[in-house]
Amino acid sequence: MPRRVRIKDHFAEQRIFTIRSIVAGCLVACLLIAVASRLFYLQVTRHAYYAELSQGNRVRIDPIPPSRGLILDRNGVVLAENLPAFQLELVREQVGTPAQIDASLARLVAIGLIDAEELGSIKRTILSHHVYESVPIKLQLNDEEMALFAIHRYEFTGIDIRTRLSRHYPFGPVAVHALGYVAAISEQDLKHIDAAEYAGTTLIGKLGVEGAYESSLHGKPGYRQVLVNAAGRPVERQGAFTPKLDTRPPVAGADLILSIDMRVQRAAEEALSGLRGAAIAIDPHNGDILALASTPGFDPNGFARGLSNKQYDALANDIDKPLINRALRGAYPPGSTVKPFYALAALKYNVMTPDKTIFCPGHFSLPGSRHLYRDWKPRGHGTIAMRHAIAQSCDVYFYTVAEKLGIDHMHEFMSAFGFGEVTGIDIPGEKPGLMPSVEWKRRTYKRPGEQVWFPGDTISIGIGQGYMLATPLQLAHAVASIAARGENFKPRLVAAVRAAGSETVTPRPVEPEPPITGSSPEQWSVIVEGMEEAAGPGGTAARAAAGAPYKMAGKTGSAQVFTIGQNEKYNEKEVSERMLDHALFISFAPADDPKLAVAVFVENGKHGASTAAPIARKMFDAYLLPNQPPSPVETP
Amino acid sequence: MMLDEFSQSRTRRTFTAGGRTLRLLRLDGPLSGVLALIVCIGILVVYSASGQNVKMVEHHLANIAIAVAALVSLARFATPQYLRLFAPIAYAIGVALLIVVDVTGHIGKGAQRWLDVGFMRFQPSEIMKLAVPMMCAWYMHERPLPPTFKDLLVMGLLIAVPTAMIVMQPDLGTALLIAASGLIVMLLSGLAVQIILVSIPLLVGAAWIGWHFIHEYQRQRILTFLNPENDPLGAGYHIIQSQIAIGSGGVFGKGYMHGSQAQLEFLPERSTDFIFAVIGEEFGLLGQLLVLTLYAIVIGRALYLAMQGQDTFSRLTGGAIALSFFVYVFVNSGMVSGILPVVGVPLPMISYGGTSMVTLLAGFGILMALNSNRKLIGS
Repeated sequence: MPRRVRIKDHFAEQRIFTIRSIVAGCLVACLLIAVASRLFYLQVTRHAYYAELSQGNRVRIDPIPPSRGLILDRNGVVLAENLPAFQLELVREQVGTPAQIDASLARLVAIGLIDAEELGSIKRTILSHHVYESVPIKLQLNDEEMALFAIHRYEFTGIDIRTRLSRHYPFGPVAVHALGYVAAISEQDLKHIDAAEYAGTTLIGKLGVEGAYESSLHGKPGYRQVLVNAAGRPVERQGAFTPKLDTRPPVAGADLILSIDMRVQRAAEEALSGLRGAAIAIDPHNGDILALASTPGFDPNGFARGLSNKQYDALANDIDKPLINRALRGAYPPGSTVKPFYALAALKYNVMTPDKTIFCPGHFSLPGSRHLYRDWKPRGHGTIAMRHAIAQSCDVYFYTVAEKLGIDHMHEFMSAFGFGEVTGIDIPGEKPGLMPSVEWKRRTYKRPGEQVWFPGDTISIGIGQGYMLATPLQLAHAVASIAARGENFKPRLVAAVRAAGSETVTPRPVEPEPPITGSSPEQWSVIVEGMEEAAGPGGTAARAAAGAPYKMAGKTGSAQVFTIGQNEKYNEKEVSERMLDHALFISFAPADDPKLAVAVFVENGKHGASTAAPIARKMFDAYLLPNQPPSPVETP
Repeated sequence: MMLDEFSQSRTRRTFTAGGRTLRLLRLDGPLSGVLALIVCIGILVVYSASGQNVKMVEHHLANIAIAVAALVSLARFATPQYLRLFAPIAYAIGVALLIVVDVTGHIGKGAQRWLDVGFMRFQPSEIMKLAVPMMCAWYMHERPLPPTFKDLLVMGLLIAVPTAMIVMQPDLGTALLIAASGLIVMLLSGLAVQIILVSIPLLVGAAWIGWHFIHEYQRQRILTFLNPENDPLGAGYHIIQSQIAIGSGGVFGKGYMHGSQAQLEFLPERSTDFIFAVIGEEFGLLGQLLVLTLYAIVIGRALYLAMQGQDTFSRLTGGAIALSFFVYVFVNSGMVSGILPVVGVPLPMISYGGTSMVTLLAGFGILMALNSNRKLIGS
């Protein structure tokens, strides 16, 4: 194409521009319509989706933890409550830079408010919270610590004392093994709780009533919708306006009314103080536990406020094992306390009559064996019948009964009283003890030689030694069945429940168990008379029962911690304190109209009569003598 | 002449005192009116979007005052002839300032876009938004349309030099806008359709090569645009929050100062680049369509005025101002609604921020001057 001569043609140029402008205008219109379509898609088609995202952006749901139910004794004495606790809290953003936080914490260490050892975990806790959150760095300050901080307060910004509700046990260690305790929710706990139910809650019940009734005590958390900005910080207003936000109040946990009677409980713990042991008191007519003590105990308030590792290790490694609930978990040979039961068995299976006598020379041996089973009285009891044998705790009499009954009858009879299986008390951790049988021995031992049941095994079990093990709770439960002459109830600690904010107390139904049958009222009377005699003049427990305005029935026991050789004599002065016999005592009172059944166990207490029986006496006095005012309660 | 006399007599009868002022200041009535409306909407939205920050609104008003002064003085006193003479000077000053900024930026080892001129900070690239199209129009003014291949090469160079310098700042968004304003002049001057069709694949190729030369964060922006949900708290956060703001607004919006996304600061850069999302959240689809409609009127009226231009320089400059304005609107609203990548382009005359407002209104001042201060044909 030949090159055209180009000159400026104004009208042609104007036309080019006009056409181009109109085309551009159309393009502009198209693209603006494209944007408008996109806006329509976002605001109309997908409006619901984006509206939800926007709501999720701005509203955070903050949980409101419920207040935990109270625990009261049967007379309304508060055993566990929620008190405002003063704690030191830190707000990161108010303190300042990480260096300033470190400096403030170091200063708290310097004035002695926090331990240098805890610094690491405190820092971790602080860093795991938002900068604007108030983080507890020391729980439950005492008066001195509060005063100490008050003096130095001017040195700190962003650190202050705040009040929160915390669990408090007014009686400290008293009844701790019945109540249990609350402690910080552990990772283990998190596996089996619904995290939503525990949002905002830091403590959870462990062991005892606190643990077993956690779901009733905890309550239901509420929530509060909180307006948050992009940084997650709660704000009052959104621009110039305050939006309406939803709040659901929490539902407090239910209050529990225990069967525990603090008078009996305190009597038991005072009597047991300084000893390692357990004491349980049961109402024989309904299974209510009026006292459940295990010593030494510990102060559950420490767990609620958080123990340092050092404090926890000290408790866990204590040689006296204060964390062990001996009432439920201590399985010991029951010793002579089993004798009234075997006496009743002998009557039931007709191997003895109440008045048939045997001669006790101070030792017993099976026919065709030279092995001697000794009586506790080296010279023997002479000619003796059933009641007297119970009262004097004649071993030879019960060796004879055991030989005549045989292990099968003994196992069957004792199982009906609950030996060898858990009682089903309403708190966790109970041990079943052991009521041995031929079948049990075959199952348990591997070597064929050991699987055989020897006649001698039966003889030891006749006086509560050998393989037999029972917990103090099982003994209390069984002696309650004697007191009620065969009536049998599942032991319980929680007698009634009171819903949050309600005055109505709903009693929990009594749980009867199959009664002990096959014994006539006369037969029951024989062993009760034997036990009365034991607590009467000349009986083994005579001194403990002396002077009581009511009639006690009981049976002492002692259980060997180690076996004495055939030709050795047991010399209590020579064996170390922890190798001494355990002391036991089971009893009920008043003997003719039993209101309370008690089992007492004292580790290495030597003699049931001298160590265990006086403890039971104090518990009976506390319960049965209403004129005696309960000892004054000091509230820490 | 007859027509002119007729319209003037009619005007005298019907126009109010405001109308007389407009004519006295040589302002275009419809364009000025719509611009004023948009600026007023901007003031209201900046107040809400800033979290009711009165200080920011005061600053915004000060910027508007400077911008309006620029518009009015240009419209009243500039003539096409002066503007044409001034175009190469403005271009030269702009390039010189860009060199200064690039050099100081290089020394300061970081992005440097600003020059501090005492009373205000100032972006030299803003000058180029007007200087580049004016320079191209100036070049084409003496030459016959459509442009020859040589003309295209010269204009290409005039565009490429400042664009490359702004890319180096680095400010990809502004560089693209300036390149676009120059290209608009090329297109309006009658660039052959064949060349347009051929250059599209070439541009795609250039984009592919350019990908390897741009900064990592710029690449990230483009990747994020393509898939914002990939990294919701990182680079995609802007786009996601912006779409939530718009989408949750619905047809009627949450109400003035009731937009939770904006008021609670979920929406980043809420009073600057993402202010269109605030309009969407608080005034809904209707509010955004109203704003887009006002912009469409501005563009239409500006194109109309450009068509009235007496010479090539006036027409090309006017057309470039009108269409560049559209590009700003499109790039910002497209970015905020998620159909274009995130580039730092404010919403014209609504976003908070000084220099952009001044450049835009100065541009419209030039447009009005080119239209109303023309010589009468034949005189």
